[in-house]
Amino acid sequence: MNHLGFEMERVKIGSFDFTCCEGCQLQLANKESTLPDFLALLDIRNFREISSERHDDYDIAFVEGSITRRDEIERLKAIRAQAKILVAFGTCACFGGVNSLKNRIPQAEAIMEVYKDKAVETMPSLKISDIVQVDLSIPGCPVSKDEVERVLVGIVTRSQVSLPTYPVCVDCKQRLNTCLFDLGEICLGPISRAGCDAVCPTGKTPCLGCRGPAEELNMPAFLELVKERGLSLENLTEKLSFYNAFEPLATDET
Amino acid sequence: MKRDYSLDIRHLTRVEGHANIRITVRDGQLLDARWAIVETPRFFEVMLKGMSAELVPFLTSRICGICSISHSLASIRAVERAMDIVPPVLAETTRLLAMHGETLQSHALHLFFLIAPDFAGTPSALPLLQSHPDLVRAGLQLKELGNEISTVTTGRCTHPVSLVVGGLSKAPDKQKLLNLRAMIQERKPALEKTCLFFHSLTIPAFSRETEFISLSNGSTYPSIGGRLVSSDGVNKDENDYLLMTNEYTRDFSTSKFTRLSRESSAAGALARFNNNSQLLHPKAKECAESFGLQPVCHNPFMNNIAQLVECVHILEDAENLINSLLDSNLAEIKTPYVSKAGTATGAVEAPRGVLYHHISIDEQGKVAKADCIIPTTQNNGNIHDDLRALVEQALSEGKNDGEITKLCEMAVRSYDPCISCSVH
Repeated sequence: MNHLGFEMERVKIGSFDFTCCEGCQLQLANKESTLPDFLALLDIRNFREISSERHDDYDIAFVEGSITRRDEIERLKAIRAQAKILVAFGTCACFGGVNSLKNRIPQAEAIMEVYKDKAVETMPSLKISDIVQVDLSIPGCPVSKDEVERVLVGIVTRSQVSLPTYPVCVDCKQRLNTCLFDLGEICLGPISRAGCDAVCPTGKTPCLGCRGPAEELNMPAFLELVKERGLSLENLTEKLSFYNAFEPLATDET
Repeated sequence: MKRDYSLDIRHLTRVEGHANIRITVRDGQLLDARWAIVETPRFFEVMLKGMSAELVPFLTSRICGICSISHSLASIRAVERAMDIVPPVLAETTRLLAMHGETLQSHALHLFFLIAPDFAGTPSALPLLQSHPDLVRAGLQLKELGNEISTVTTGRCTHPVSLVVGGLSKAPDKQKLLNLRAMIQERKPALEKTCLFFHSLTIPAFSRETEFISLSNGSTYPSIGGRLVSSDGVNKDENDYLLMTNEYTRDFSTSKFTRLSRESSAAGALARFNNNSQLLHPKAKECAESFGLQPVCHNPFMNNIAQLVECVHILEDAENLINSLLDSNLAEIKTPYVSKAGTATGAVEAPRGVLYHHISIDEQGKVAKADCIIPTTQNNGNIHDDLRALVEQALSEGKNDGEITKLCEMAVRSYDPCISCSVH
């Protein structure tokens, strides 16, 4: 691969999934128009979903999913030991994701509900950084391929890799969308990290905050807005807990 | 010949999710042949409990990264039927088009990325970029088209944005529909090229009689809703899904098994074809004939060809759906509703077969109970039984160990199993 006249080495990557839908890994194979160029950056050493060739000499590990079983902890630690850069890939890896919704009830009860008396092992959903050190997080349900491309190019060219710090609202306004609050809905756009091009509110569907809290966050003003519009705090709580990406509201606020 | 053979694949590659194949032959006797799913279970039925009805499709779409539109629409159909909501025609047409996009994307992913390497003798599709560049380009063009159909109709290709209870949150854009129609025209040669490639391959000769399960509505090739039918003559109402599935667990698999009239049965493209081939577009029928694919076909490897035939159908039917959307005013997108208690099943033909979501909504508009039954769950028994029959046939034909291993892997991949889905 040639970059600005310099021959560069392809980055050796591994892609691994834990408890998840594999939708984030699938994004690696999407955006077909730039896929051959994207693949030219990579030396895929380990990616079970698409290749029977498996080697353990990867430098960057993309880790998708949350952790819900003990054997996953051991597998994750082995990946951490090998990888120079471990990327928490997607909302489940970064925050625990929708899997965390089952943490609300005792796990034995969850097993009984789905498997009756069959012996099945599970534990409350944990994010990757609960277990090992994470070097880089790419949130999103699913991740945005544009962002993945930007991050990888940044790693390959050894330049600064950063995510937007401002909220989804900024991108949404630039797209001249009608504000969903004006349509009487609670949208987490004002408090969630941008980088998704405001894809949900652009589709007239409220943001559920899959990319987690924005760094420039004004939670008191947001709560004031919800109250001022007379919208349901119960609905707000449900949305905030959807991806396990936000701190629960203090009880006096609900 | 009294021979020994054993296969112990931990985490089969080029399938979605984690599963193992274990086969043991001693002195020419097949002792064990099992398909064991070891994926970590996620408990979506538990996550759904207490959730507001309007959020349900946004949660269930997360069951699967490949067929999120099917999950979203199965839930939406269940909730709408439970609350007696009739979505506007425009929404129904858009949803059918979205299903086409997802199925095209999923079939293209399977045919090019997951199984083509088996026929080419490569570990993945990546070496094909060099050896078969035209073929890979065709595959990418078709996959991209599928994703574009999904994006135009639902706002995003994975985890749809604008599919909501009552209809759509936003109508598809007219100019984007026009572009999409042109894109379909432009990409038909890519599909023709794909058909030529598959004509050049030898599909393994193997057959084991089984029961094929699909939706059927008598007038169009099945997609969203309909009667539940089987090639053994079973015919049930959508809400009677439990009578079609009879789920049970086995100690070696975290994914459940199902059965109907026989010990095992199959769902997916081949099942849809076997039960509904007369409803395919004439060009798709022609394609099936050119491969000698006729109902009822009992060769699981022909599921790949059935997927290809469906791609031909999708490209033709998607054009018709786009035309009917363009003829409408793209205005009435959602039926207003007030939440009420009720229970219903929503069944759709996901790329890999019939998908059932059964949902009870309480007086507060929250989920009281949910049940999801996944296509791969319905194929587990068939995969398991096929492995046994396939190994026995291969032994009698004197195939060597490497050949048997490859056949077993290919047989499993033919079903296009969606393992994380099946352990939702």
